[in-house]
Amino acid sequence: MGRLSVDLCGITLDNPIIPASGTFGFGYEFAELYDINVLGTFSFKGTTKDPRFGNPTPRIAECTAGMINAVGLQNPGVEKVISEELPKLKKCFDKKVMANVSGFAVEDYAYTCEQLDKCEQVGWLEVNVSCPNVHGGGMSFGTNPEAAAEVTAAVKRVTTKPVIIKLSPNVTDIVAIAKACEEAGADGISLINTLLGMRIDLKTKKPVIANKMGGFSGSAIFPVAVRMVYQVANAVNIPIVGMGGVTTAEDVVELMLAGASAVEVGAANLVNPYACRDIINDLPRVLDKYGINNLSDIIGGAK
Amino acid sequence: MKQTIFKITQHTQLTDTVYKMCLQGDTEGIRCGQFVNIQLDGLYLRRPISVCDCQGDVLTIIYKVVGKGTEQMAAMTAGQELDVLTGLGNGYDLSLAGDKPVLIGGGVGVPPMYMAAKELVNMGKAVKVILGFNTKAEVFCEDDFKALGCDVTVATADGSYGVKGFVTNALEGMDYSYFYTCGPEPMLKALYKATSTSGQFSFEERMGCGFGACMGCSCKTITGYKRICKEGPVLKKEEILWED
Repeated sequence: MGRLSVDLCGITLDNPIIPASGTFGFGYEFAELYDINVLGTFSFKGTTKDPRFGNPTPRIAECTAGMINAVGLQNPGVEKVISEELPKLKKCFDKKVMANVSGFAVEDYAYTCEQLDKCEQVGWLEVNVSCPNVHGGGMSFGTNPEAAAEVTAAVKRVTTKPVIIKLSPNVTDIVAIAKACEEAGADGISLINTLLGMRIDLKTKKPVIANKMGGFSGSAIFPVAVRMVYQVANAVNIPIVGMGGVTTAEDVVELMLAGASAVEVGAANLVNPYACRDIINDLPRVLDKYGINNLSDIIGGAK
Repeated sequence: MKQTIFKITQHTQLTDTVYKMCLQGDTEGIRCGQFVNIQLDGLYLRRPISVCDCQGDVLTIIYKVVGKGTEQMAAMTAGQELDVLTGLGNGYDLSLAGDKPVLIGGGVGVPPMYMAAKELVNMGKAVKVILGFNTKAEVFCEDDFKALGCDVTVATADGSYGVKGFVTNALEGMDYSYFYTCGPEPMLKALYKATSTSGQFSFEERMGCGFGACMGCSCKTITGYKRICKEGPVLKKEEILWED
């Protein structure tokens, strides 16, 4: 156990750094740049039961200290993820990977998780409940404690792997939703997903993004992440994976002080493809600077 | 892909809105038809700019000021440094050119044709070039292509210089073996219909990362989904699916 190592649902990570889903593909693109085995793990591209092209373009808009995306969960579908993407990943990543799963009905989530449960490479299932429920009038599963709990329970029934529920910040009471997931059997909570945002082009006087709205991420949302991680960490007894605008090793320490056991890095990977490697390399310096011996000692330390 | 710090060695204004910047640094692996992605102070996302030329350790880009990022670039001076991701995108496949390819650039789509022209001339091809602009004041690079020994035709929409009309007017009756093009989408669509041979089109899209990670710039093609930044920006005529 090195000073950076942490435990996440019974699996030891060499360090808490996890590239967030949707910013790291299936890993092998980044493996051309650096040895991705230096990562704690990574959360692969959001996977659904069926293949998806996603939304029309433009899908991206820039903001001050961040960006909005409306990619729309483009992915090849769980069958191809297992038959094509995971074997490619195996050639460049020896560790357990976090499987990120999305769905538009409870049974979709269960089906996709059941398939991924059979994959030895998968260490955790990270279940994104920010998607609209097609049987629930399009309301996101993650905005309602009962719906979030229903997804959690359905997924827990089909897997023995740790289930981490990834929560949307676009809710009135994040604590109630996190508690409902914990009661339904979740092994961990990850947060925050992107904040709903929008930009308008002054030249065309139209929304920049074809989908009009999208998920706002990047360093601008970091304080929101710290607040929500802190609130949830003080309300549940399961580990938290913190994320939202993390860019530096200092941000990692701050989010862990707020209560995160591990930290995902998202949009920063898109600006600096070496962001995660750089953060990992910089962590020992930051620990020394702030008199921290082991990262695992500081989790939830800010009271 | 490579991340490199480049130093600006030369920066000149070509027209009211178009600038040429020469950057010195590690250019290894840069191919014609690719693009680079430039980080700018205070702006979150990098700015993708096509490669105009690459000679020794000097990378040349020509860009048009269209927004905050390019405005900031226009104010930079020789000696300043830029953080650049290079080697992005697939680039043009010049092996399909045949004996007498035509290169067609429209507006700020002209620069990527330069390196393609240079390499095709070096391969011994009889290279024809059509450059399209709105008006005489916007014309740039004509002499650069002529200096390579290309047969250059300029078209202006208002007829103030060269052939009056669009690049498609200049293409009429021309004898060519294959084509390469880059320009605004209406021009690409018109060329798709007007060309009699196969060819390659370079596309533009708003990008997140520029290196294939975010799926921000995906498009549908006859051969499946492609990322403009990774499997593109160059698509072959046979694989293009136009979306209305």
